[in-house]
Amino acid sequence: MSSPTTGGPEVVLRLAGISKRFGPLLANDAISLTLRAGEVLALLGENGAGKTTLMNILFGHYVADEGTIEAFGRPLPPGSPRAALAAGIGMVHQHFTLADNLSVLDNIAVGTESLWRLRSDRGGARRRLLDLSQRFGLAVRPDALVGDLSVGERQRVEILKALYRDARILILDEPTAVLTPQESAGLFDTLRRLTADGLAVVFISHKMNEVFAASDTVAVLRAGRLVATHPTASTDRAKLAELMVGRSVKPPAPAPLSPGEPVLELAGVTVASGHARPLLDAVDLTVRRHQVIGVAGVSGNGQSALAELVSGLIRPDAGQVSLKGSVVHHADPADMVRRGVARIPEDRHSAGLVGAMAVWENLIAERYRDPAFSRFGVLRRDAARAHARRVIEEFDVRCPGPDARTQLLSGGNMQKLILGRTLAYGPDLILASQPTRGLDIGAVSYVHSRLLDARAAGAGVLLISEDLDEILALADCVTVAYHGRLTPLLPHDRVSVSQLGLLMAGHWDILRDILPETPRENGNAA
Amino acid sequence: MDFLSIILDILLSAAFWTAVLRIATPYVLGTLGELVCERAGVLNLGIEGIMTLGAMAGWMAVYQGADLWTGVLVAAACGALLGLLHAALTVPLGLSQHVTGIGVTLLGTSLSYFVYRLVLPQASTPPTIVPFQPLDLPGAFAQTPLTYLALALVGVVAYALYRTPVGLAVRMVGEHPAAAEAQGLNVTAIRIGAVMAGSALMGLAGAFLTLSAFNAFFFNMVNGRGWICIALVVFASWRPGKALLGALLFALFDALQLRLQQASGGVLPYQLFLMMPYLLSILALVLVARRASYPRALMIPYRKGER
Repeated sequence: MSSPTTGGPEVVLRLAGISKRFGPLLANDAISLTLRAGEVLALLGENGAGKTTLMNILFGHYVADEGTIEAFGRPLPPGSPRAALAAGIGMVHQHFTLADNLSVLDNIAVGTESLWRLRSDRGGARRRLLDLSQRFGLAVRPDALVGDLSVGERQRVEILKALYRDARILILDEPTAVLTPQESAGLFDTLRRLTADGLAVVFISHKMNEVFAASDTVAVLRAGRLVATHPTASTDRAKLAELMVGRSVKPPAPAPLSPGEPVLELAGVTVASGHARPLLDAVDLTVRRHQVIGVAGVSGNGQSALAELVSGLIRPDAGQVSLKGSVVHHADPADMVRRGVARIPEDRHSAGLVGAMAVWENLIAERYRDPAFSRFGVLRRDAARAHARRVIEEFDVRCPGPDARTQLLSGGNMQKLILGRTLAYGPDLILASQPTRGLDIGAVSYVHSRLLDARAAGAGVLLISEDLDEILALADCVTVAYHGRLTPLLPHDRVSVSQLGLLMAGHWDILRDILPETPRENGNAA
Repeated sequence: MDFLSIILDILLSAAFWTAVLRIATPYVLGTLGELVCERAGVLNLGIEGIMTLGAMAGWMAVYQGADLWTGVLVAAACGALLGLLHAALTVPLGLSQHVTGIGVTLLGTSLSYFVYRLVLPQASTPPTIVPFQPLDLPGAFAQTPLTYLALALVGVVAYALYRTPVGLAVRMVGEHPAAAEAQGLNVTAIRIGAVMAGSALMGLAGAFLTLSAFNAFFFNMVNGRGWICIALVVFASWRPGKALLGALLFALFDALQLRLQQASGGVLPYQLFLMMPYLLSILALVLVARRASYPRALMIPYRKGER
């Protein structure tokens, strides 16, 4: 990797004074950036800082209100992905833009030939793809359907798609969000091979460790403005975090507490429900009071089934679920709420809140039949609104009032609303699925502190998260989900991120090194 | 025993297979047309109206003195125009494809009747033209040129979809329009083009009825054939070859029930036989369509800059 100096390699991309407004929101405020050949630029910033907007302007998905873009010395016409592609700019979106039902080769070759040719040159396309794949060490199967590929393979297809079009500038939007730590390391190797070939790379991230692992230069965005551009080597984590948030951030520090009696016990729980592979496969798990249990894993390894099971949405096909020592038969969601389970659903928009309904209606959604909120089948609206005002106050929900429609709230305030709905009742067990996904650092630390407060107050917390930093910061013990099975509980101070990565990829043989001869608390063998 | 021998007699007669191919022709064309629209992600429920307009316009052109092939072109062009209307409402404006399609069907149907009555206010018995004649070929091959055109178009559409850049582009915008756009394709233009091309085929399907199968235009002569095509597309899993198979199968049931009606000599109510092709289609649909993998972006409007 070369480090840019003033007289260094040619400038391939120059953004000057880019501004973009969405209604009242100034998403990009006069941003200027340069990128040189062979450089990896990390665009760091919180969610909503304007990183993706900026890159979407660069790639022509949006048109900037002000400012100009120059690629390889020539001005880039705004608002045209086709022009961006022609100028040598390729973009790998956070949500892959691949058609599942088409082959790898089709996805890559589409749009690269004149539409009115009478016959596609598939042989030539295949040779070119295999040649690129070999040159940059990006193994793919040209004829496989994209729908059958793993996430890491799909990302390789996306990168090849850009290279196939002779991209010399590659934009990667949150490329590691869906990868295991090992896959991320592989991606960074690829980036090094690309820059060695003279390509320039911009990658968007909100994860500090990636910035240090892969970039030459880091540009920090905050609230739409470019607040700093530094050579990565001359900065450090604390400084970048402060630049991102605008103030210093303290990591959460769980006080050591000794675990109390079990609140949730799963014994040999299997959820198969007609799938070829069980969603949960003979899972044992115990969550005790004063304890945060973190469930790590690549998404789709049974975490959703675990969350639905504990929420009462599905029932086990085998094994049993106990809450506070009593076995749960024929669970349903209302029953689980009555038994003291607080739920923070994975997707606050689809499963957490009803966007078109008012704040107060959402706040009593779990308990509207409670005599406090309804009598003789009629809602007590005043009592519900008063309750809403108390929650808004206590949980610092920024909203116009109890009658505001929920969809008008920001993600962080929606999450505070969900916390307020469940935590106000002093739950025994908190099921937190991806509780901070998509939130900015301020909201993340609020959610974390609330979860730790609940733990101190005697609740057990089952934290399902794809963010390993979050799990290691909060959890007392960690378990890794893989193909519907859970590892025994691993104390958080005895397991490293790279070990978790291996476990997430299914290399469970390393458990021997982490848990030498210790009695298994979860009794997987039993 | 008796019943089986009747069936056997029917299946062994060349006239039966001639009828099967003839009956299948409008279904082949209509299903291909619907398939092209849906592959690009646009459901076209306007098919019934587009077929009616094609039937009327093709016939009217010939009745006014144009030759038969000009009539065919007029029918295709009228189909493409109604397709443009459907596409303009559903693609750039993103309106509901169901509602718009039903609107197009109502418009196409009533427009056809209106124009017909406007030109021929007094006609009590429908005036006739000289339609396409069957080619002088033996047995079941004695078909009109439009039937052969329909069979050829199955190959053309299959080749275009799977072997040409434009076909790949059409499939891409039906599967993942955002990905297509990120590859520099103009999703709006491709969808509009596909809907127009598909609707032109529907126009042809209508023209076959008035220029080949019959020699006049009747009210209600399309008679639900468009709706059958919609089901045949699902039966065909959005593949042209299977669309041909489905159309032939349906036509076979239909030809068979006509002959069984005659053979039964009024012992059974004829409505029972009329039902048969539809019942068997539903059965086939249930058996086949459960495994169908439909275009992922079907019926989802694409708006640039949204995901």
